[in-house]
Amino acid sequence: MKNPYLRAVWAVFRKDLAAEFRSRELIPAMLVFAVLVVLIFYFALELDVKARTAITAGALWVTFSFAGTLGLNRTMSAEKDQGCLDGLLLAPLDRSAIYFGKFFSNLAFMLIVEVIVIPAYSLLYNINLFNRGLLLVTLLGSVGYVAVGVLLASMSVQTRTRDVLLPVLLFPLVLPVIVAAVKASGGFLAADAFTEISPWLNLLLVYDIIFLAAAFMVFDYVVEE
Amino acid sequence: MIEVTKLVKRFGAKTILRGLNFTVQPGEFVALLGPNGAGKTTFLRILASLSRPSLGVVRIAGYNLPAQAAAVRRRLGVVSHQPLLYGDLTAAENLAFYADLYDLPQPARRIEEVLRLVGLANRHRDLVRTFSRGMQQRLAIARAVLHNPEVMLFDEPYTGLDQDASEMLDTVLKNVATQGPHAVVMTSHDLARAENLATRFDVLSRGQIVASATPAQLGSNNLLTFYKQALEKAA
Amino acid sequence: MSPQPRTLKILNLVSLLLLVASTLLVFFYAPTEKVMGLVQKVFYVHVATAWVGMLGFVVAAVLAVVYLRTKDLKWDAIGLAAVELSLVFFFVAVVLGSIWARPAWGTWWTWEPRLTTAAILGMIYLAYLLLRQGIEDPVRRARFGAIYTILGGLSVPLTFLSIRLFRTIHPVLIGSGGGESMGMTDEMLHTMFFHIAAFTVIFITLFWHRIRLAQYAEKVEQRKLQVMQ
Repeated sequence: MKNPYLRAVWAVFRKDLAAEFRSRELIPAMLVFAVLVVLIFYFALELDVKARTAITAGALWVTFSFAGTLGLNRTMSAEKDQGCLDGLLLAPLDRSAIYFGKFFSNLAFMLIVEVIVIPAYSLLYNINLFNRGLLLVTLLGSVGYVAVGVLLASMSVQTRTRDVLLPVLLFPLVLPVIVAAVKASGGFLAADAFTEISPWLNLLLVYDIIFLAAAFMVFDYVVEE
Repeated sequence: MIEVTKLVKRFGAKTILRGLNFTVQPGEFVALLGPNGAGKTTFLRILASLSRPSLGVVRIAGYNLPAQAAAVRRRLGVVSHQPLLYGDLTAAENLAFYADLYDLPQPARRIEEVLRLVGLANRHRDLVRTFSRGMQQRLAIARAVLHNPEVMLFDEPYTGLDQDASEMLDTVLKNVATQGPHAVVMTSHDLARAENLATRFDVLSRGQIVASATPAQLGSNNLLTFYKQALEKAA
Repeated sequence: MSPQPRTLKILNLVSLLLLVASTLLVFFYAPTEKVMGLVQKVFYVHVATAWVGMLGFVVAAVLAVVYLRTKDLKWDAIGLAAVELSLVFFFVAVVLGSIWARPAWGTWWTWEPRLTTAAILGMIYLAYLLLRQGIEDPVRRARFGAIYTILGGLSVPLTFLSIRLFRTIHPVLIGSGGGESMGMTDEMLHTMFFHIAAFTVIFITLFWHRIRLAQYAEKVEQRKLQVMQ
């Protein structure tokens, strides 16, 4: 890659993935946790066939957002623990490159988990979730979730309360993503008309753009002293 | 190489550095001594561009901090008491990662060179988390010199090292310091090690440099007496 | 301790008078609403406190930007003051809203867009206080607080939009109309606007006091450091 900025983004992304494929700590933990949440939903809500169709979208997004915080906490504290964040900051590059590197690696982790959880859910509850619209919503929702999540996680790892703090900071801010993703997924699963679903897709898209841009502008302030 | 004038650093109401003046010429190896809480780490973090000065001028290799931070960073190598390495990557992968961040040409050759310099050439495929503390610290030095920095900063590099590892580190530091027209600033509690390596000793107390001496000026006094006298005078 | 400035003393008095005047208006000027009866009267204070709470959060978001630009801790202290004060007013607004909603909509709580957004906004600023609590270094605390305030300011309108969409696609039985659909008389409108103005003044007075408190805390901190050295 010729452009040094893109090269740094790519380097951070590849480094996270390489470390994960070496240690296999994070994705398996996220997956097991996600499947457990899906199972708990079954027992907690006694999902009969009729209830399932109505509640699937919600159950999926609760699962994703819980599993997502695990990943965000882990990848950011890995930077903090060995002082690696300082190492990144010492490099002569725009700080936002670090943000985008972490954004893409966390997005990758989240998508990997989702790509496994969705078929597992289909299998367990006997619902067909192979729907192109649903995949699009999953992608858009994850982008927004991770965009805010990486920014907040890089702040929360620098506090005393750390892991506990991330969900408290994150959930009130990503609420529009969760609402829009649940409604849009539900719409696609119920085969609603596209005009019913499109406002939600627009909302997701607007959220993604606004928060990626905001993160790009404020990430400097997160890491500088 | 380093020029610091009237540097002030405040954290809220607390003032850590109070009008500190400090210069380092090319080829100098300055040991920065001082008690806990004197501001050594804060000062080094400012030199490393990781922290912003509240007031005052900091120039490194001809560039101003924080305005020209990117240019400074390219010429700066930092070793702290933390290794700044990823345990789940191999030695070579760690260095390759940093080579990417620094956008180095021909990274493979340079990585081989620095690994040989710190004596880890045969361990380059091993995961860093399997390394002993001493080996991690040597690799940290390899990481810091990867991009041929003109100015090196060592923050308590001996923390957590045993006798053997410290001696090994001495040799490596000397190697690094003698290659090229480097300027080196090191903070350390270990006066004996500092005495071995440095060409100048500066004592930092309550946010100011209160004394400075070269080995020749120490004369028959050893470093410990000089250090104690300097602190007494400042108090 | 420096004495209160003259303007502040006058504001104290004016605030008190406005509070009394607005209470009198509620009971002796505004007519009792036909359907709901006396309970409807909390509505005026509800609207005014909610307005003032919103105002404080907007002020906090603006101050957050100012802080990041200037790096002057003064702005952080004022921003914190705005958030704290707004949270109190907001809490009052939500409680009064609940009391009003019980006879009006037949339920203490409804997932009406404005109400839900208000609750989420409250959560964001509680999270803001938790975030600050976890950070020792005052500069970092100020920086992270400012960033979080800005992000909160960006997400709240989207939250409102999403909940609103949520409701229009799945219409609810209970009406989601606020004041405008209630058929207010002129006297009622006068009372409402008077309340809004009065509470704005009261807010400014309290805000000023809270800022002075922050300044004293800062002075105490400095004295402590002087003694320690």
